[in-house]
Amino acid sequence: MNYGPLVFLAAFAALAASWFGFVLTPHLQIGHLQQTNTVPSGVSYPVARSGLAQQGLQVYRANGCAYCHSQQVAQTGTLFDLVLTNPGTNQASTVAAIQSINPRLSQPEVLEIIGKVPVHLLTMVSKSTAEAAAKTVNATGANAVPWIVPIGPDIQRGWGSRRTVAEDFLFDYPVLPGSQRIGPDLSNVGVRQPDPGWHLRHLYAPASVVPGSTMPPYPFLFEKKKVGRVPSPSALPLSGIATVEDGYEVIPKPEALALAEYLVSLQAYAPLFNAPLSVALGKPTSPTETNSISISGGDKAPSDISMP
Amino acid sequence: MSSKSAFQTATGDSLPADISCRWPLFVLLSGAVFWLLAGSILTLIGTIKFHAPDFLAEPAWLTYGRVRPAGLNAMIYGFCLPSALGLTLWLLARLGRTTLAGAIPVVFGGLLWHLGVGAGVVGVLSGDATGFEHLEFPSYAVAMIAASYLVLGVAGVLTFRQRAERGLFVTQWFLLAAIFWFPWIYSTATILTSVYPVRGMAQAVVGWWFSANLILVWFGLVGLGIVFYLLPRLLDRELESHYLAMFVFWMLILFGTWTGIPKTAPVPAWIPMMSKVTTVLAGLALLGAALILHRTLGADYRLLSTDPSLMFAGFAVASFVIAGFMGIAEVLSGASSMLHLSWYATARSWLQLYGFFAMALFAGIYYVWPQLTGRPFPLPRLVRLHFWLAASGVMLAVIPLAVGGIVQDGNHANPEMAFVDVAKGTLTFLRISSIGDVLTLAGHFLLALNVLLAIGAFCWDRVRIALRTATIELQEQGVNS
Repeated sequence: MNYGPLVFLAAFAALAASWFGFVLTPHLQIGHLQQTNTVPSGVSYPVARSGLAQQGLQVYRANGCAYCHSQQVAQTGTLFDLVLTNPGTNQASTVAAIQSINPRLSQPEVLEIIGKVPVHLLTMVSKSTAEAAAKTVNATGANAVPWIVPIGPDIQRGWGSRRTVAEDFLFDYPVLPGSQRIGPDLSNVGVRQPDPGWHLRHLYAPASVVPGSTMPPYPFLFEKKKVGRVPSPSALPLSGIATVEDGYEVIPKPEALALAEYLVSLQAYAPLFNAPLSVALGKPTSPTETNSISISGGDKAPSDISMP
Repeated sequence: MSSKSAFQTATGDSLPADISCRWPLFVLLSGAVFWLLAGSILTLIGTIKFHAPDFLAEPAWLTYGRVRPAGLNAMIYGFCLPSALGLTLWLLARLGRTTLAGAIPVVFGGLLWHLGVGAGVVGVLSGDATGFEHLEFPSYAVAMIAASYLVLGVAGVLTFRQRAERGLFVTQWFLLAAIFWFPWIYSTATILTSVYPVRGMAQAVVGWWFSANLILVWFGLVGLGIVFYLLPRLLDRELESHYLAMFVFWMLILFGTWTGIPKTAPVPAWIPMMSKVTTVLAGLALLGAALILHRTLGADYRLLSTDPSLMFAGFAVASFVIAGFMGIAEVLSGASSMLHLSWYATARSWLQLYGFFAMALFAGIYYVWPQLTGRPFPLPRLVRLHFWLAASGVMLAVIPLAVGGIVQDGNHANPEMAFVDVAKGTLTFLRISSIGDVLTLAGHFLLALNVLLAIGAFCWDRVRIALRTATIELQEQGVNS
């Protein structure tokens, strides 16, 4: 019997299956994503980048920035902080409750911190620990809430406060998540370096702002010209190892300005339903900025951390 | 009569399949060798920037983010695909005991292909890259390549249909599936990323799907198809076994086609998870390929050294297996491991692309070319030298990058270590791997030299025969008058 046509059809079906699975289905799922709301503030997310930043994305694409920089923050798990938001009126029992959940705190220390709410009573504990501790504290009339804290090496490195999700790229074309980390991840470079001027100096002479940087310089994004009667206001303020001959100044070209604007627009930290993290209400920043006093969890056993 | 015998000396014992494939393959393969050289020179320029970041920083078109994709695309679309298609056409004609259908259109198709690659490489260097990996060529280049593929693919199917030998050898299954699969993945990826782009991260998923299907599945089908033809042919024995080869075929198209989505991809979690499972399952194809090589050789690996094409083919299978297992290790590494974003991933894909596929193509080119011209390569010793340069070049590029990637990943997982120090920690490994790049480039010059001399000798033969024929005719006319 001639099995040829049968094998051909089966092979066709196998190949078609992968097309349905990895092209059509993701398109139906991700391709129909809509703008969503941040949780709990309910702000629309994401908003389209400014026109200049969109031009900057094209400069980023044309010069292949994605061959060295990823835009995908990884998250290995989620832990919880316990945050005291209201010490209540029954101070003595609140202090006792806090000491019972975090025995490392002495009474004066507790008295000091409960005056500075919101304050972290426990950090990096498991969900059950945080919830049990919240119950203990709240029984005294105080109010303590567990906060969601995404964890992982990328997040500890300060590259983001949560993992990157599909929504972060909703309005981008092309999407450039990158495949290499020859340079640092840029998902949130606009949070780390919000000044476009910093990015311009960095593009012109990377090692002048990041000592030891291995990034090549991008002189073709700038124009070197003789200083006129009045120095140009847009000239790059150069110092240190980035210098230019006397009588010359370095002016960023429109591409450089657009690229810097795009880099500043890279801020993918909004808390979302599918990538939750807790932030102080009314202040859309990372939870660590609420209060600098943070006390490591007293009852935290290493096994509580789901980080491998 | 004398003119006919002179023709026979020039063509040696070429079969009709060889004669019909001659000019089409000359065009496809010599163009491919040109892009091989151009691609490896561009890649080398990119690598030098790790020794000196200021090297060639001034011209925009030689910045790292442009030379790197230009070089890689010249390698893939300039060298790998046209030589793979050329060898595919030859194998389909030879195995079907027929001639190549549409040889003249294929010659023009080949020219158009290489023109398209030229437009693509210039486009990427001038900043027109699409931003999707392995799909960087701008639309004007893709249009030329797609039009050319239409000619080459149809010629392949027609050649297959007109075969005189009805029984099928496994290689034909591999190649036929490849002929159908390439236009499918290439058109899907081009349309959904560039013509009518899908929304947001769906673009990236399509791009990753295409990359895996090109580099694991398509390269796997064609590369193994060539190797499974060469092994029994050069060893003068049966392939052990056809069933095992069909098993490899099924594992590749069932599981290999679902791989390639990185685990940190910002997409719904089922997509990378599915990809992880299928990557592991596709490991069955690796075991199958390793077993076929082992059993066909009868465990006597010294047999490989009897012919340079066998050396290339054996190296290719070994690379295919190792690269595949490196991929499995990558997807199975712990949650905090970022191997897929480190130099380890570059090492793995280079081993698959060059150590496996380019080496399998070299095996095919060195085997097929002399049959086309009817005479051995002018400098046969350089063939073996090329093997040693290529083999050591691949190892010197892949091993340091893989080790460097593991070191990089370990340092990266330690947030106390500044990123600049993580990056600097990889430089020594990168610099060693540049030596590998130089060695492979030297090998490419040897191949180019042989191909150039072979074409020159062939054309010179043709001229000599034409002259002799003309002289004889004149003499005969002189006698008659």
